[in-house]
Amino acid sequence: MDVYDVIVVGGGNAALCAALAARHHAPHVLLLERAPVHMRGGNTRHTRNIRCARVANGCSAEQYSEAEFLEDLIGVTGGPENLELAKFAIRESRKLPAWMSEHGISWQPPLAGTLHLGSANLWFLGGGKALVNAYYDTAIRMGIEVRYDAFVEDLLIEEGSFRAAVIKCGENQELVHGRTVVVAAGGFEANIEWLKRFWGEAADNFCVRGTPYNDGKMLAILLEKHAQPIGDPKRCHAVAIDARAPKYDGGIVTRVDAIPFGIVVNRTGQRFYDEGENIWSKRYAIWGRLIAEQPGQAAYCIVDSKTIGCFLPPIYKPSQSESVEGLSSCLKLDAGALVETVRNYNEASVGNVEFHPERLDGLKTRGLDPPKSNWALPIDQPPFYGLPLRPGITFTYMGVAVDDRTRVLERTGRPFENVYAAGEIMSGNILTQGYLAGFGLTIGSVFGQLAGKEAANHSHLRSGRRG
Amino acid sequence: MFPAIEIRREFHKGDVFFLANLCHDCRACYYACMYSPPHEFAIDLPQIMSEARLESYKAWSWPSFLGLSFTDRRIGAALVSFAVALVLVLSMVFAGPNRVFALHRGPGAFYQVIPYLAMLVPALALAFYGAAVWVAGGARFWIDTGRQLRKKGCFRALAQAAGDVLKLRWLKGGGPGCYYPGARTSPFRRLYHSLVFYGFLSALVSTTLAATYQNLLHRLPPYSLTSAPVIFGTIGGIGMMVGVAGLISMKLKSDQTPAGARALSVDYLFLVILGLTSLSGMLTLASRTTRALGVILTIHLGLIGALFITMPYGKFVHSLYRSLAIIRHRIEQLRSGANIAKR
Repeated sequence: MDVYDVIVVGGGNAALCAALAARHHAPHVLLLERAPVHMRGGNTRHTRNIRCARVANGCSAEQYSEAEFLEDLIGVTGGPENLELAKFAIRESRKLPAWMSEHGISWQPPLAGTLHLGSANLWFLGGGKALVNAYYDTAIRMGIEVRYDAFVEDLLIEEGSFRAAVIKCGENQELVHGRTVVVAAGGFEANIEWLKRFWGEAADNFCVRGTPYNDGKMLAILLEKHAQPIGDPKRCHAVAIDARAPKYDGGIVTRVDAIPFGIVVNRTGQRFYDEGENIWSKRYAIWGRLIAEQPGQAAYCIVDSKTIGCFLPPIYKPSQSESVEGLSSCLKLDAGALVETVRNYNEASVGNVEFHPERLDGLKTRGLDPPKSNWALPIDQPPFYGLPLRPGITFTYMGVAVDDRTRVLERTGRPFENVYAAGEIMSGNILTQGYLAGFGLTIGSVFGQLAGKEAANHSHLRSGRRG
Repeated sequence: MFPAIEIRREFHKGDVFFLANLCHDCRACYYACMYSPPHEFAIDLPQIMSEARLESYKAWSWPSFLGLSFTDRRIGAALVSFAVALVLVLSMVFAGPNRVFALHRGPGAFYQVIPYLAMLVPALALAFYGAAVWVAGGARFWIDTGRQLRKKGCFRALAQAAGDVLKLRWLKGGGPGCYYPGARTSPFRRLYHSLVFYGFLSALVSTTLAATYQNLLHRLPPYSLTSAPVIFGTIGGIGMMVGVAGLISMKLKSDQTPAGARALSVDYLFLVILGLTSLSGMLTLASRTTRALGVILTIHLGLIGALFITMPYGKFVHSLYRSLAIIRHRIEQLRSGANIAKR
């Protein structure tokens, strides 16, 4: 192919949606995935569900209105950067289930006992990797050219207009010409050096929960070509994960969910934050940052045997001991400090109300700093368990600003002629902080499709063909 | 299998054995899991389940040291050769080469080579022995995986389970088929398996009909080409041969990472013996007017003997434990109120 109509850089949900949508409007679409086949799909591999507005109909009695959706988004994120884009995403999300089904996605029937997040989220069969597999199969069937291990080194942009991508496959460098480009290559959360600019040496102790390939190369290239940044560069979504998790790609299973039912201490054996502040699903995302601010980016969650069963069992075996002193030596903490912290906590756990693990029970400490506002059971029933924690970074918020057609904006505020962005690299236009479960895929799908379609239609102008 | 996992919080050995036998090895989970090899977690559920299945076969077998004795190809080959040779030698000794190599026609032709009782008694003995081991194994399955049965709804669960087994429903995986032989879904594994399953049933029908003809109607075999036993036998034989060939060829092409090496050799052994038995059966039919009949019939009977011997100790047992697992699953699903059939 001399000149592709649309070149999509990236290989996750947003990139695939862009390529599939583009292929409906243009014949020559190329998708450049920098990962090898078994790691294709970026962070989409680790997703499970997608958030969609829905009206009650024959198939589903469940309803999730656009207004509710927007309210949830504002509640969690403190309001989107670009309200119009957010509203657009929510409005378009209603069409997503049908579009996804048409492109090969199957859905999970409701199962007894699953941890469902309510009517807002739809669960696709097999999870994110199955979704990615289905989209790649559909892409190949539709005649989209897919290249793996294709690392984009540079984009040739002249006077605001994209010409070609410089790609490297193994040792070979190659120039690939395109009439348009869609950049859907994720954030920079896997680039520890970049994170160090904001976090200093602390970033060395972060684990990256997702793909190691999101090093922000494309974001850096666009910023270098004077794209307008959006979103706080320091801000990232990070949770508390087991310190024994792999450096990259540990995914969801390394998250530690025991925190609300115990206490968390740092390396000096001191507590540093209210472990029972709110229900876990609303608070777990602050713990990555909290631990990142502790000495050595290390923390330890301590629970006793009576709370076992209240939370998902951890994948790594906790340290276990019949005494708090014993536990402190397993965790290599100062025994005196830990014993004192636990004693102070236990003395403040006055048992004012009954313990209810499933809701905010108001069982709080008295006269303790920092307090524990709920589920403050004393830690007194051996054996005692300890889990080492460290920050696990999920994604970054900084990206490039786009217009209402997903064209990337230059710093002057003018859009590039034929450079589009979708997915995490532009989610900062909507998400500035916090996170709403399943919303990343919504953004990727809606703006991926829009970017693909816009790019394909624009390619006709550039080729002189009729659209 | 995953719906069955969902309703459990604790996993004892019996639960794992139950889940392993419920697993149809569709491999959907393997290709959908982000932690499959080469990820450093290297989660390979199909392989774990296939190993657990073999362990359960062994644990439920009687005597258990014989369980899975037919995992090794060499042992299998030795058994087949021995069984065939034994029948050949016996027929040579008792009937003599003249009768073995003679032309046999008319009613009772087969029994001129090997007398009826000489066929019947060993076959019945092996069948009863195998059935007894199966019943014992089935009972152990039910105790080990055991939870109490609720009387109400059991009949419905049984009916649903029978439907699942007859339709080989779960070989559809999540719907479009198993991920087999590679990373894409395909309906062929279910198709070939159905051919083997229904081919086997058809051959059983043929044998039963033949027994009825002989003992109730007093008509001695061989029967004409248009008679019911021959038609059922032919359909069954061809079905099994095509099915076995299809399954073996898919297995050869299949992705080896999610497969257990031991399980593979158990499968091959079973398929090869079954395939050879059907082939020799068809050759017996084809050669019945020739001098080769005696030898081919003898080989066929030897193979049937080998098949019967492996029945309680080889892959054949999967039909028992899988069916029981499906029944238990259906009962559990009814009990937990989630009816997965509503899909």
